[in-house]
Amino acid sequence: MSERNITTIHSTSRSINSLLVAVLVLSRILTSEIAQAAEEYRSVSVADPYLEMHTGPGKGYPVFHVVDRGDEIDIIMRRTDWFQVRTVSGAEGWVDRAQMERTLVPTGSPIEFAESTQEDFTEKRWELGGLAGDFGGANIVSIYGAYSVNPNVSIEVWGSQILGNFSNGWMGSVNLTHETWPDWRVSPFFTLGTGVIHTEPKPTIVQGEDRTDQIAHAGAGFRFYATRRFVLRAEFKSYVVFTSRDDNEEVEEWKVGFAFFF
Amino acid sequence: MVPLFTLGLSGCAATKNLFGLGEEETPPPAEIIDGQVIEPEVARREIKEPKIDSEDFEVGAFIGIMSIEDFGSDVVYGARLAYHVTEGFFVEASIGQSEAGQTSFEILSGGAPLLSDSERTLTYYNMNVGYNILPGESFVGEGRAYNSALYISAGLGSTRFAGDDRFTVNFGAGYRFLLTDSVTFHVDFRDHLFDIDLLGEEKTAHNLEGSLGVTVFF
Repeated sequence: MSERNITTIHSTSRSINSLLVAVLVLSRILTSEIAQAAEEYRSVSVADPYLEMHTGPGKGYPVFHVVDRGDEIDIIMRRTDWFQVRTVSGAEGWVDRAQMERTLVPTGSPIEFAESTQEDFTEKRWELGGLAGDFGGANIVSIYGAYSVNPNVSIEVWGSQILGNFSNGWMGSVNLTHETWPDWRVSPFFTLGTGVIHTEPKPTIVQGEDRTDQIAHAGAGFRFYATRRFVLRAEFKSYVVFTSRDDNEEVEEWKVGFAFFF
Repeated sequence: MVPLFTLGLSGCAATKNLFGLGEEETPPPAEIIDGQVIEPEVARREIKEPKIDSEDFEVGAFIGIMSIEDFGSDVVYGARLAYHVTEGFFVEASIGQSEAGQTSFEILSGGAPLLSDSERTLTYYNMNVGYNILPGESFVGEGRAYNSALYISAGLGSTRFAGDDRFTVNFGAGYRFLLTDSVTFHVDFRDHLFDIDLLGEEKTAHNLEGSLGVTVFF
């Protein structure tokens, strides 16, 4: 709630006042921001000529309050690149990261925020993502989890749902991925893997039995570091399905999607 | 045993000193560095910096009405998880369920139903990318302002309906109303598109959904 809400309490009737207080208390309990936690906020002092407080976490929200140089503020929470702060007088608002980085901690040095950078993108340990695309003419939706053994090599586990005109199915696979230049912002990779594919032909169109076959695949793609812990990913894979029939099937797959590393 | 013994000894020494019985210990002479007259006694301030609570995730439930093309409208309910990447962009994953009614063909002909009861249950999941547009404040009454934003969102997923999994594209727009900085109300409208050939010819079905939701940031 913004400072204006607090100032209006005086101008409204007492019943609304108490109702508002009750709502405030309830909301505090709901969000587990109980009073005792108030002392655990990080305190910084303003080093810029002034600090602008917005009503919400975004450039589009108006500036409603300004904090002078030297004044102390408490940092209540963070949402994306915005920080909710409280002044000594009790006004609460949102300040962007660029301004927060020019505030000082009690020792007098500028505050540093733990931030995911491109370096973390290179050194990442875990990654989770979702991709969608085309699997031999059918649609495919996939999720994956990856663990990096070192900056170059990671192990990935994939689960996919395949939705086609003639059959549906799912696929699970394990890959080994190699990134040759993991420190590049657009980092190309090569991948090799194996798994199983389960196909269920649609009963209304084709008469057939459900099949589960082994697959192997090779592919290439790239990861693009977007911002914070956010990665865009695109890839091509060529699959070989080891069917129980005489011929093996070959399927090509294109996918794009996003991922987070942590 | 040895540490206990020394502890006992030191304890004794402390007691002796307390009562002035111990030997008077002369403090070791302070090391005097050339040119430094006053030895600085700086007490190092122990500062424990609390972690800043980061609230980029939003989780919640929604309930509304879903119109399944040719099969009437029924209640839809589901859950949604969103991650806010920047102040503009967010990604979200949703699951939902609704129940299909009867087609007008089934009602008028009075014949055998097209679908079994279990085939009438519609479940979907999707992964979307969204963008907040028109951030601002909504004013309730004379003196209360709440943060709000309109957002658009689109994505892909799958719908299980009429005995088949169907690749589904969805897009829509919504209104986010922040009751507090953590508790949010949503009004959401989406169109779920999938191909279906149940009634003779293959067509793209538009399944409109309107819902109300409550989410919590964490």
